[in-house]
Amino acid sequence: MTTVDQNKELIKEVLDAYPEKAAKRRSKHLGVREEEKSDCGVKSNKKSVPGVMTTRGCAYAGAKGVVWGPVKDMIHISHGPVGCGYYSWSGRRNYYVGTTGVDTFGTMQFTSDFQERDIVFGGDKKLKKLIDELEILFPLSQGTTIESECPVGLIGDDIEAVARQKAEETKKPVVPVRCEGFRGVSQSLGHHIANDTVRDWVLPKADEYRKLPEGFESSPYDVNIIGDYNIGGDAWPSRMLLEAIGLRVISQFSGDGSFNETVMTPLAKLNLIHCYRSMNYICRHMEEKYGIGWLEYNFFGPTQIAKSLRKIAAQFDETIQANAEKVIAEYQKDMDAIVEQYRPRLEGKTVMMMVGGLRPRHVIPAFEDLGMKVIGTGYEFGHNDDYKRTADYVKEGTIIYDDVSGHEFEEFAKQLNPDLIAAGIKEKYVFQKMALPFRQMHSWDYSGPYHGYHGFAVFARDMDLAINNPTWSLIENPWAAK
Amino acid sequence: MRQIAFYGKGGIGKSTTSQNTIAALSELQRVMIVGCDPKADSTRLMLHTKAQTTILSLAAERGAVEDIELDEVLLTGYNNVRCVESGGPEPGVGCAGRGIITAINFLEEEGAYEDLDLVSYDVLGDVVCGGFAMPIREGKAQEIYIVTSGEMMAMYAANNIARGILKYAQSGGVRLGGLICNSRKVDKEIELIEALADRLGTKMIHYVPRDNVVQRAELRRMTVIEYEPEHSQAYEYRALAEKIANNKDLVIPTPITMDELEELLVEYGFMDSDAEYQKVLEADKTGASV
Repeated sequence: MTTVDQNKELIKEVLDAYPEKAAKRRSKHLGVREEEKSDCGVKSNKKSVPGVMTTRGCAYAGAKGVVWGPVKDMIHISHGPVGCGYYSWSGRRNYYVGTTGVDTFGTMQFTSDFQERDIVFGGDKKLKKLIDELEILFPLSQGTTIESECPVGLIGDDIEAVARQKAEETKKPVVPVRCEGFRGVSQSLGHHIANDTVRDWVLPKADEYRKLPEGFESSPYDVNIIGDYNIGGDAWPSRMLLEAIGLRVISQFSGDGSFNETVMTPLAKLNLIHCYRSMNYICRHMEEKYGIGWLEYNFFGPTQIAKSLRKIAAQFDETIQANAEKVIAEYQKDMDAIVEQYRPRLEGKTVMMMVGGLRPRHVIPAFEDLGMKVIGTGYEFGHNDDYKRTADYVKEGTIIYDDVSGHEFEEFAKQLNPDLIAAGIKEKYVFQKMALPFRQMHSWDYSGPYHGYHGFAVFARDMDLAINNPTWSLIENPWAAK
Repeated sequence: MRQIAFYGKGGIGKSTTSQNTIAALSELQRVMIVGCDPKADSTRLMLHTKAQTTILSLAAERGAVEDIELDEVLLTGYNNVRCVESGGPEPGVGCAGRGIITAINFLEEEGAYEDLDLVSYDVLGDVVCGGFAMPIREGKAQEIYIVTSGEMMAMYAANNIARGILKYAQSGGVRLGGLICNSRKVDKEIELIEALADRLGTKMIHYVPRDNVVQRAELRRMTVIEYEPEHSQAYEYRALAEKIANNKDLVIPTPITMDELEELLVEYGFMDSDAEYQKVLEADKTGASV
């Protein structure tokens, strides 16, 4: 029996536990990679099956937590009852440079804290008051975004009118984001909604809002880093590499980015997009509106870094291309040393992944650089285009699971018995109790950065620490103990 | 303690009918009116005021319902009828439905329902969302009286309200007590409403004739019972009050489809049948071509 057949059989077994209707629906989201096919053969971006445990978030999470939240010198208001803001507070580890509470606000939490009367009488008045107070308390803030929570959409508050009025009064941008959590099937719609607010509320006024750095002159090497949220500092080693090959990064949107950088974006020659899923919308818009091309890159692991640097350099002249070769060669020795150190300890180890945006495919080559094998992967909220792109990364027989449920993931893990599970906080302790080494791939488990050459050193060390931790020899997984 | 509610199309005379009926009922029982309409006009004839201070307006002023006392919003009106208004937002903002839920919860928690024989809810217009259904959900009003007239839209609304009652009749214990016809002096009104009541599985509990004394009393912010207690119209309300007080005929309604409702209207000559309609259209065409 081939791996493909075996894994198809396994999927059937796992689906057996479901009622007929649920099994039928879920069967379309589980598949096995077959080389001759052009994609992964799974459906995606569909409503989760009621009753299963899904790891998905909501539109608010996508708009506030992912896209807008990291813009460090704006105040992002969780508009509605207190819970949405409070329980998502500082969950994303978007590092930034600045003085929190003075000129940057990334780790602070602002909410309109809806009470019963705000529901009954509407929350617009409170929102206006809140923006006025914030302006007094934090005069250096460069603007405001209003992320509406579910009740705001139900009672029909006119946050757009408030935004227009306050933008006029404060002479700063105020962006209303209609990201009520009940909209859409996952956080993915929230990314899209947030991108649309950049298109509709920010870029049309970019010239008015933009403060050009002193002596700024446009250059043919100006690029934007789009969709790197600087988790654990990821955007920094990425930026270093781009600058090392002679490009000038004029904007990071949104990790460690400022509002001014957001309105600088139309001046770039090329958008370099890290998280395609959450930011492709604005890249496509800028391509259409300003003729700025965009390119998806992957800075996980030396193989992909070199490939991406060459791909990026190919968009520019020979100097940049020569620089890219120089940079790749320069880091080669360090990379060889890392691989030499860790590969013997990790060779042949298997991994199952389940993450969000881009990581279910982009991290695979970094594992492979260390001699590891990814035997299963899937997205929380991916779309068809993500699974198409994934086909280039995964090997024959890899099991693919979209919006995997608790039951499915656990059963796959029991049967495939990987050496490492790389997923999120909701899965972490379940698998550790199953005596399986685990790394959180949303927050890098309080570590990072993992991007770029510098990040690979940290990545390799972390995977070794997880897998070869002697603790695992002291406990047995529950089914093996029987 | 019985809890009843008046529903019906907006502008049908619901608040006037309910207050006159309650004034008459107060001669028999200890009664409380709970106004569930942001306009807060369900108690004005009892209190002789334009509009009383509402639970929600005071709560908004103070911060939360927890900050208000029951005696600030629960007033005593004509013949010791207790009066309270939920209030709500101005048109076009916020959520009036949630306001009603908040207000009724407040009344329950504060013990407003003690020492009473009857509570009457006066609810705005149609049952547009869950909040407006609050008075007919479990543990609240057990019997509903639909105020209607022989006008087509009032009957549409009555049928719709019956659908709302049907929904909560299954999950809770709410029943339809009957239709009250508040006359608009439409042709064959009694027959029509009786036929509708029959289709809905209930009866027309009372036919309230139209009389200008109602308007004259209302101008003085009074019910007819108070303004002209011996007027024949006052006795109409007393008759209705007595029927409600003794009503044992509580049913799960059987709402009808739009088609059935239209058939009914055709039958009573309010609407023409499709054949008639086509004939008239034809006649218009021939007329035009001549």
